[in-house]
Amino acid sequence: MSKYYVDKFLYTVDRDPELLRRYKEDPRALVTTWEQSIGPKLNDYERSTVHSLTDAEREALIRHDYVALFEMGAHFFLSLTIFIALYDEEYMAKHGPLSFQREFAAKLSHWAGKEYPSVAT
Amino acid sequence: MATLAAVLASTHHPFYLKATTAPPEQQMPQAAEWKRKVEAYRETLTRAEPDILVMVGADHFHQFFLDNYPTFLIGKAPRYDATFYNEEREFGLPKYVLEGHEELSGYMLQGLLDREFDFAFSNELKIDHSIICPIITVRPQADLPVVPIYANIFAPPLPSPKRFWKLGRAIREIIDAYPSDKRIAAIGTGHLSLELGGPRQFGEHGPDPEFDRQAIEWLANGDIEAILANVTHESLAKAGNATAGFMDMILMLGIAGPEKAAYVDNLDLFHTMEAYFTWYPEGAAA
Repeated sequence: MSKYYVDKFLYTVDRDPELLRRYKEDPRALVTTWEQSIGPKLNDYERSTVHSLTDAEREALIRHDYVALFEMGAHFFLSLTIFIALYDEEYMAKHGPLSFQREFAAKLSHWAGKEYPSVAT
Repeated sequence: MATLAAVLASTHHPFYLKATTAPPEQQMPQAAEWKRKVEAYRETLTRAEPDILVMVGADHFHQFFLDNYPTFLIGKAPRYDATFYNEEREFGLPKYVLEGHEELSGYMLQGLLDREFDFAFSNELKIDHSIICPIITVRPQADLPVVPIYANIFAPPLPSPKRFWKLGRAIREIIDAYPSDKRIAAIGTGHLSLELGGPRQFGEHGPDPEFDRQAIEWLANGDIEAILANVTHESLAKAGNATAGFMDMILMLGIAGPEKAAYVDNLDLFHTMEAYFTWYPEGAAA
């Protein structure tokens, strides 16, 4: 398990409009590309060999599965921000303001009143 | 010696600008009231006539990430760019360039090190909405030099509530000792109860209205004893997964000292309770 690497995916994709577009249009292709050439980047030249995604983490990212990501302890701010970027506009047009955010909350309702999975890395 | 002209502690709500500048027919019902309250709060800074702003916030994974996340960091740069692409996208926040104040940044950094707060520093810091939100609410002309300070309320493990209080106390000592005739205002933002990316987000109120009521009373009375007796990382997490931002409010109370606030206001919005506090360490300003 690498919460850090899941967070790195969310962080690097959310801050780049082109990666974000590709993550929306073809998540499987973008996750593959990310694991090959973006995730290992320490800076423009240096590469890190330390982290990798587990199968469950990879699938959760490919499926835009924010419930699974919450349960793995992905950072809440990164997860909320990136999925708002992917879904808020279309939900807003169909169902009105905050409808995506409220569906997001409802899908996690089984966690209400419980201790959440830790986001500490 | 410098004068600490005002201490402002408030919640920051990145949607304030969008909510109050949308065409009237698209505005939320509370937009006009929200704007009135913010403009009244702004006046508490204006009448303190500050020359320099010491601003406390937290980087929300904009410049800093988990490969190198500072617990405490101060900006020491001639200027600061502000607002990242994903903040423009999500919140509709404009870009800014704020003037820095390298002399006070340097004095503050040395003063913190001397008081055993081993700060990280940045000579090239792009600041995020934790500092731009209060610029928009209390100093929209963005015309004063700033000294940005970041404290980690965001990427656990976090420093203790008591450490935030002590850091505030240290910042206060350093401002009081700064050899200058300038008037300094300290402005910091955090949160009351807040949930992001969890089951209690975006409800009709904040996730824990009882915590909010209690927290406002504590801050209004400057009751640090009650805060330190009751607030732990666990109690904050129970009130919402992002409620750790309350520790930046504790830091600001540390700068003000254990005193009643001169100005207290709040606004119950969907998703979160807004709250606004001002202290005048020199007595009632103007």
